[in-house]
Amino acid sequence: MSLDRQDVERIAHLARLAIDEADVPGYARNLSDILALVEQMNAVDTSAVEPLAHPMEASQRLRPDEVTETDQRELFQGIAPAVENGLYLVPKVIE
Amino acid sequence: MHRLTIAEVAGALRRREFSSEELTRALLARIRELDPELNAVITATEEEAMAQAAEADRRLASGEGGPLTGVPILHKDIFCTRGVRTSCGSRMLDNFIAPYDATVVEKLAAAGAVMLGKTNMDEFAMGSSNETSFYGPVKNPWDTDRVPGGSSGGSAAAVAARLAPAATGTDTGGSIRQPAALTGITGLKPTYGRVSRWGMIAFASSLDQGGPMTRTAEDAAIMLGAMAGFDPRDSTSIDRPVPDYTAALDQPLDGLRIGLPREYFGDGLDNDVAACIEGALEVYKRMGARVSEISLPNTHLAVPAYYVVAPAECSSNLSRYDGVRFGYRCQDPRDLEDLYKRSRGEGFGAEVKRRIMIGTYALSAGYYDAYYLKAQKIRRLIRDDFMRAFEEVDVIMGPTSPTVAFRLGEKTDDPVSMYLSDIYTIAVNLAGLPGMSIPAGFAHGLPVGLQIIGNLFDEARLLNVAHKFQQETDWHQQVPGGFE
Amino acid sequence: MDWEPVIGLEIHTQLATKSKIFSGASTAYGAPPNTQACAVDLGLPGVLPVLNAAAVDMAIKFGLAIEARIAPVSVFARKNYFYPDLPKGYQISQYELPIVEHGRVVIELEDGEEKVIGVTRAHLEEDAGKSLHEDFHGMTGIDLNRAGTPLLEIVSEPDLRSAREAVAYMKKIHSLVRYLEISDGNMQEGSFRCDANVSVRPRGSKEFGTRTEIKNVNSFRFIERAINYEIERQIEILEAGGQVVQETRLYDAARNETRSMRSKEEAMDYRYFPDPDLLPLEVTAEHIERVRATLPELPDAKRHRFMEEYGLSAYDAGVLTASRELADYYEEVARLCGEAKLAANWVMGELSGFLNKENRDIADSPVSAAMLAGMLKRILDETISGKIAKEVFEAMWNGEGDADTVIEKRGLKQITDTGAIEAIIDEVISANPRQVEQYRAGKEKLIGFFVGQVMKATGGKANPAQVNALLKKKLAG
Repeated sequence: MSLDRQDVERIAHLARLAIDEADVPGYARNLSDILALVEQMNAVDTSAVEPLAHPMEASQRLRPDEVTETDQRELFQGIAPAVENGLYLVPKVIE
Repeated sequence: MHRLTIAEVAGALRRREFSSEELTRALLARIRELDPELNAVITATEEEAMAQAAEADRRLASGEGGPLTGVPILHKDIFCTRGVRTSCGSRMLDNFIAPYDATVVEKLAAAGAVMLGKTNMDEFAMGSSNETSFYGPVKNPWDTDRVPGGSSGGSAAAVAARLAPAATGTDTGGSIRQPAALTGITGLKPTYGRVSRWGMIAFASSLDQGGPMTRTAEDAAIMLGAMAGFDPRDSTSIDRPVPDYTAALDQPLDGLRIGLPREYFGDGLDNDVAACIEGALEVYKRMGARVSEISLPNTHLAVPAYYVVAPAECSSNLSRYDGVRFGYRCQDPRDLEDLYKRSRGEGFGAEVKRRIMIGTYALSAGYYDAYYLKAQKIRRLIRDDFMRAFEEVDVIMGPTSPTVAFRLGEKTDDPVSMYLSDIYTIAVNLAGLPGMSIPAGFAHGLPVGLQIIGNLFDEARLLNVAHKFQQETDWHQQVPGGFE
Repeated sequence: MDWEPVIGLEIHTQLATKSKIFSGASTAYGAPPNTQACAVDLGLPGVLPVLNAAAVDMAIKFGLAIEARIAPVSVFARKNYFYPDLPKGYQISQYELPIVEHGRVVIELEDGEEKVIGVTRAHLEEDAGKSLHEDFHGMTGIDLNRAGTPLLEIVSEPDLRSAREAVAYMKKIHSLVRYLEISDGNMQEGSFRCDANVSVRPRGSKEFGTRTEIKNVNSFRFIERAINYEIERQIEILEAGGQVVQETRLYDAARNETRSMRSKEEAMDYRYFPDPDLLPLEVTAEHIERVRATLPELPDAKRHRFMEEYGLSAYDAGVLTASRELADYYEEVARLCGEAKLAANWVMGELSGFLNKENRDIADSPVSAAMLAGMLKRILDETISGKIAKEVFEAMWNGEGDADTVIEKRGLKQITDTGAIEAIIDEVISANPRQVEQYRAGKEKLIGFFVGQVMKATGGKANPAQVNALLKKKLAG
């Protein structure tokens, strides 16, 4: 699959990445090359193969329902870009 | 002092030949002096290191401590270190002071290791040359015009240049083994789940695994013993006792069955690199090992499948870097959309953006089955290849990398050619297996790595096989010129 | 044209765990902002989720209660989208393989008929945080205390055919989760909220019409109004020859209307994939049996038992089993006083009336089950009449003590001394000769007048049955 400018812009938007206008053709070329590499997978028939999501194929371990965390707001918000009254601030969200 | 291995340092500290404080001070000075040429260290934690060394000396004086007590090490800057910047090689986290320690950091500190600082790396561990770092490329100490490999290139270069006897690394598609090979050191990627991922900044969660980068297999055994173990904070960590990895190092290799995948010796493999591998196999034969050819027929699909699975997971893992709660935030965002797009667009470098976009595309509506699901199926085929092979052989050997270290800038414009430099390492991650790279000679004047792949949880055997080789050879003792 | 609404509900109920679904942070409501958001909830670099066992047990419990299939293997996926109250940029939720599938609940319709509503699935997921839009210099504030709170999303089949049915179904699920003690069901605090998928089609048609989704309604009354509004809106569009647009709509309670959510209009591409940080969740048969053993008696079973054991009507049994607390209260009263019917009348009558009037829960009733039973015993042993009992009940409600204390203090003990009552009857008869004459001439309904006079003279304390009998005898004489 070869990606064009519009594809790159659509994907960049979905991933919330600002891409310079001038860089779009470069990305389109690189991403198309990578997809060409990836599409070598199509040479093999996998219709009878179960997907493997995890090398271990183990099952989920469960955690007892206990409160183990304490309030560390001050520490965590010490590295935040913008906070006020304990809240993280972002530009106005329009519903 | 700086040329000693962990095992030697531990003995010297115990014999009071020098103190941990003296050694730590010497290595910090060495980093200050030599690192500007290599750019292997992003942050040196001098004060913390001296405090940890002093504490280690107290414990040693009272007869306490283990093989790592007072031993200075470096951490790849992907491991969170409380109170210390943890950048992951990215502008995005240039201002990120981690509020907690990674389990690996915690465990090594508990074992008494002294943290000298944090090493340079490809941004978010995405790269095979250490050129994608926000902090600039790392140079290979064997030839500073060449790359050290990646993504754990800073750790590899630092250990090779004797800035520290050991460093931690992480390996998602070869990021410990390939730079170890390219810098002439010993690197071990453990079985998936053997080492906790808590506090290790995620690139591709189902592939990432932390491991040691050292000069010898013996040191790797000591490091892994301290790093490995079940962690209730990581659902994918395996609840299984950690053996004493040093116990079996000297087991004879009589009758060891070594498999050589014919797919690892085909087109693209440098002839001189191949000659080194053949030389190494001769050493094993002399020690009584039996070498046979095997086949891993789906090898050629590993890189394609990997470049779906890893970017897909990374595209999601890296969504949390949005400029809201930590990390880089763009100046004066116009609105929420602008905040997201510019913080991420400016905070991430080109390779990270490429991978996020590939992953986003592979997961998007209408493409999931063709890419992600297909890759997961191929992942099973690749794993099954290995499982079949391990019914016949004990370990699999081959080159770690098809070439020696390449020149800085040589592959930066061609991501696909860069990706193919991990052609022999990537399948191991897809299968979750342990793999090592050890020095096996020189080609074109540069180090060559021998890759040893083991069955699940067979780290002790890998270390034994590597250690015996290092008893017979001195490739691992070679020091790059200018760093003696 | 005759239109038939087709409705399906997605109910999000917060599970009553102590800690979050993937972290050890507290789920307690009302803490200062971000004080219960730990590193995992904030999605800081390097953190990992670990699944809460209690959340899994609660989901299984619910599944068993609706006779659903409990999946031996279910999978957590990531739903990817950017929003400031979603710290990781994805929500962990079960997608292709949920833990609960193919359940059913029975709702009672107004005509007394029962209807089975299919539950397609119920799956575990994490809640998001909250955006506070008050003015922070034109900014929005984000509180992530709620982020990571466990939710069970319960998805019905499109089996509902009216807003009334939808409400009955929602109430049934609400009662069920409270019976099971897997959720406090608190709608004000957002522990129980509902999205409704609504479409209409010509009656008799097999095809579904285009549906809209009404988001996040958190009251029974509003869901009924929102659905009714939406049904009418869609019918109007269709009858005018237009087409319903598939979209997400928000219900505005103040204006009683639904309106399009512009921000959600952009086609969402959630890029679901299995969460690589979490392994597949396996639930063994033994695990299921262990949870089954903890199941309480469920509302339907309890209702049927109440009908059989206490001889209650279907309606009364339904009212008394609407909540587990009310049912427990009732059973306690019935057991202590020994008269199930009388207990039912008082619990549904006086007690419910007072609770409603003061908008209180049964749990904070000032009259305990033991107090009410104590009073009913005084009716049964004829210490007081039913009428006086109402006065006693009100006094108990107002904190004057138990029934015996109130009766004693206010002197409400019933007069049962025949001689005393006869003396009063004699006075009444001699004071009302005209009425006596009329009565004796055949106007027998005047008996009510005489009873009234006697009761008035005794301050209501005479035993009404006794008064009646004695009066009849004297008047006949």
